[in-house]
Amino acid sequence: MSSDSLRGLLGRPVTMRTDGGSAAFMRKVWAVAAKDVRAELRAKEVASTMIVFGLLAVVIFGLAFDLRVPKSSMVVPGILWVIVLFAGVLGLHRSFGAEVDRDTLAGLLLAPVEPSAIYFGKLASNLLYLFLLELFVLPVMLVMFDTNLFQFHILLGLSLGTLGYAEVGTFFAALTANSRARESMLPVLLLPVMVPVFMAGVSLTAGILDGRPVSGLVSWLVILAVFDTIFFVAAYWIVDLIWDGI
Amino acid sequence: MATTTSLQSKRSDPWYGPLLTLDVLAGLAMVVAIWAGLLFAKDATNLAGDEQIAQRIFYFHMGCNITATLGFLLSVIGSVGYLVRRTLVWDRIAQTGVEVGTLFAFGIMITGSIWAKPTWNTYWTWDPRLTTATITILIYLAYMLFRNGMDNRHTRARFASIYALFAFISVPFTYYSARIFRSIHPIVFDGANADAQGSFSIGPSMGQTLIITITCFTILFLALFFHRWRQLSLEARIEDLKEELYQ
Repeated sequence: MSSDSLRGLLGRPVTMRTDGGSAAFMRKVWAVAAKDVRAELRAKEVASTMIVFGLLAVVIFGLAFDLRVPKSSMVVPGILWVIVLFAGVLGLHRSFGAEVDRDTLAGLLLAPVEPSAIYFGKLASNLLYLFLLELFVLPVMLVMFDTNLFQFHILLGLSLGTLGYAEVGTFFAALTANSRARESMLPVLLLPVMVPVFMAGVSLTAGILDGRPVSGLVSWLVILAVFDTIFFVAAYWIVDLIWDGI
Repeated sequence: MATTTSLQSKRSDPWYGPLLTLDVLAGLAMVVAIWAGLLFAKDATNLAGDEQIAQRIFYFHMGCNITATLGFLLSVIGSVGYLVRRTLVWDRIAQTGVEVGTLFAFGIMITGSIWAKPTWNTYWTWDPRLTTATITILIYLAYMLFRNGMDNRHTRARFASIYALFAFISVPFTYYSARIFRSIHPIVFDGANADAQGSFSIGPSMGQTLIITITCFTILFLALFFHRWRQLSLEARIEDLKEELYQ
């Protein structure tokens, strides 16, 4: 190492490159997300656990309700959203928990990128895992409950709800990563805040399955979209505060 | 010997007298609130039987409501204050606000359920206001648990403040998503809810009683708030002294 670069390391802190505009920011986000997905492809601990848990939950709900409910479409909306929330929380805490366990969080934070880029990268990988989970769960639910959930508005609501869930979930995962008992703390923090998404999602899905006119159900989609937007902006503003003392 | 030391500590504590006065005032305020709610207020004009008796719990319901809101408002102010100023005084305000606010929020729940049984014929229903109140309580219970899980005081304060802000954004969403369903909760001040069941109108004596009980509950709130806040401040001082000792 040349003395010049050594002085560079010791004399001044590594400066963050904030130039390059949004394209450079997207590249940083992509780098973090790609790193996460690569680690996941090798370790196979997050997405696989979520999917297997999701399928298991479908079977358990199927056994629980099978002979007791006159029409399975009455319980399917609730089952779908409960599975997404519970399977999601199982994977979400790993996104920062794994970094803490392997002592790599400090390394990640030392990377010369904005904390928000780390957050959005993690958000992207978590979103991918959640969509993957839904990709497996929906067909199995079609078979188990004989209810077709592949309808445009249900899928749109599910996507919006999943986005909001990933936004808040990734944020809270970062928040709880350093606390004792983070595995049990995350659902306790996350689920009450997700109640609006859960209510809107269940009502929308139930309304579509009941064959009600879409015009009366648009307000649920609006709630989901506004929730996504506000928490997206809030997370972008506040995420820097999480790591500023570390 | 024990009495001497406790007397000495009483004398050396400048807050002992004022706090004791506040406690006595709060006790008297509760007596006044009970008198105003049960004896001073006149009967509602449009109710009879059990509903007529149950209606009087409204004054305590509103007293708890105002003080719980005050507590949660103080917690948001304390959280923002901490994130801007980074001094633990603000964090203690936030924590005290949450704890005392949650206590009164349980008061809202209990008084509301007692009133709802004769009026709505059920203790509980998934009405927007009830849903929002439940979720708010759950969020603030989670806040208290979350605080317990962290050892470093500044990390705890920062993370708890961030969570309080996020939680505060979520509450209006819960309210609006629940509101799309039809509400049966009375809106006493606007009288705008045509579907409300068990509604009643405010006469002059009811308005006066309401002002009296809300003032009394606010005094109780202040007493509890100062006690808890002071307790937390003393706790922080012990922590400081411990740190000094071990260094």
